[in-house]
Amino acid sequence: MGRILQFLYRVRAFLLFAFLEFLAIWMIVANNSPQGAAFFNSSNEAVGNALKKQADVVQFFSLAEANEALTAENAALLKQLMALQVAPDSMPLALDSLLEASYEFKGARVIGNSLRFSQNYLTLNKGSKQGIKPGMGVFNSQGAVGRIKSVSENRAVAFSLLNTSLLISSKIKTSDVFGSVQWDGGNTSEVNLLYVPRHVKATKGDSVVTSGFNAVFPEGILIGVISNVEVNKKDSNYLSITVKLSTDFSKLSYVYLVENTSFTELDSLYKQSELTNDY
Amino acid sequence: MTIKSLLPYAFLILILGLVQLLFLKNLALFGHAFGFLYLLGLLILPGNLKTIPLMLLAFSLGFVLDIFFQTIGMHTAAATCFAFFKPIWLKISSPTGGYDEAEEPSLSQIGLGRFVTYAFPLLFLYGVVFFIADQWGTGGFFMVLSKSFFSALFTLMLAILVQLLFFRRKRGI
Repeated sequence: MGRILQFLYRVRAFLLFAFLEFLAIWMIVANNSPQGAAFFNSSNEAVGNALKKQADVVQFFSLAEANEALTAENAALLKQLMALQVAPDSMPLALDSLLEASYEFKGARVIGNSLRFSQNYLTLNKGSKQGIKPGMGVFNSQGAVGRIKSVSENRAVAFSLLNTSLLISSKIKTSDVFGSVQWDGGNTSEVNLLYVPRHVKATKGDSVVTSGFNAVFPEGILIGVISNVEVNKKDSNYLSITVKLSTDFSKLSYVYLVENTSFTELDSLYKQSELTNDY
Repeated sequence: MTIKSLLPYAFLILILGLVQLLFLKNLALFGHAFGFLYLLGLLILPGNLKTIPLMLLAFSLGFVLDIFFQTIGMHTAAATCFAFFKPIWLKISSPTGGYDEAEEPSLSQIGLGRFVTYAFPLLFLYGVVFFIADQWGTGGFFMVLSKSFFSALFTLMLAILVQLLFFRRKRGI
């Protein structure tokens, strides 16, 4: 017995090493499992504040660019508004629930962003107090950005599109053929469009937009432009399509968040029909 | 090893950690070579600091970085591994007979050649653990190796540069 204890004492450094490694691996697994709550992350109050201070300084230098983008977007929206404005002689009519807007939009600022890992996340400066919920879609004026992973009171963490575990249901705009967009962990300006069958004619330069099937994004938010099409080498039934992202992830500053207000209804419907909806 | 003698190291680690957080976060040369400069703080801790406190220090350091980087567990796992092998490798890579436990294995103390043989394999090991955790199931093993190699090289260059620029040269006895 004594010798066993002696032996254990001699290898105590290794035992501690094994224990700490085990702890670290457990943290990696717990953080990456979709159901596992993230215990420690940058939506934490203190870390969030530090990140915000850093973002304040860095983003000060890109204010002009952000303003320009906002002005351009405002102009486009104004134009649409003009077209929609009803002439004063008409009578207001209550909308049917079919036509009711089923999406709600919010704005937020990106205070933390990473590009260099294969699991990249964004940290946003708003949280549950401001009405941010897990599962909301994130986009900006350039295109889709990601999806909210978890929220705290005043901060939120989102999967970036540059995260190999995020799939976004999307379609080729011209042909309406749908597939899933996923990043392969390599080039930060390109993603792959998966599950597009071989018979589909996809050409370089076609836009890829969100499909609206996934209950996260409304239909038609730009993801990118097809930059390369070839037959998939592993499974020749499918095409392997490379999409050049329209969003510049290295310069994210302000983003919009979108919530599908009919999500609960959709979700319960899926449950009823025993379907799983992987968004 | 007294608390007082550890103070300069604590200060150095703090500074390097801040640099890592603020400047090296999204820096990767050609998307390949990461700079893990904060490891310099662990590298130059003297040889008579025992493995257990060193490992605990590395663990907490990696953990703090992970929280900021959204890479929960990855830096932690790599830094702990790094700390476990550091004293062992320091002993092996030192010339026989010329090994001084209290010596600080920094560039000015042990010279360029020995510093490179001491630091590079450890940095490479760190990279391997880190990138395996990062690319689990997605990237190939070759990618992991090449990223680790170039990151180790880049970090080593940064570490040498920092030591040349900011460390006071100690007079040899």
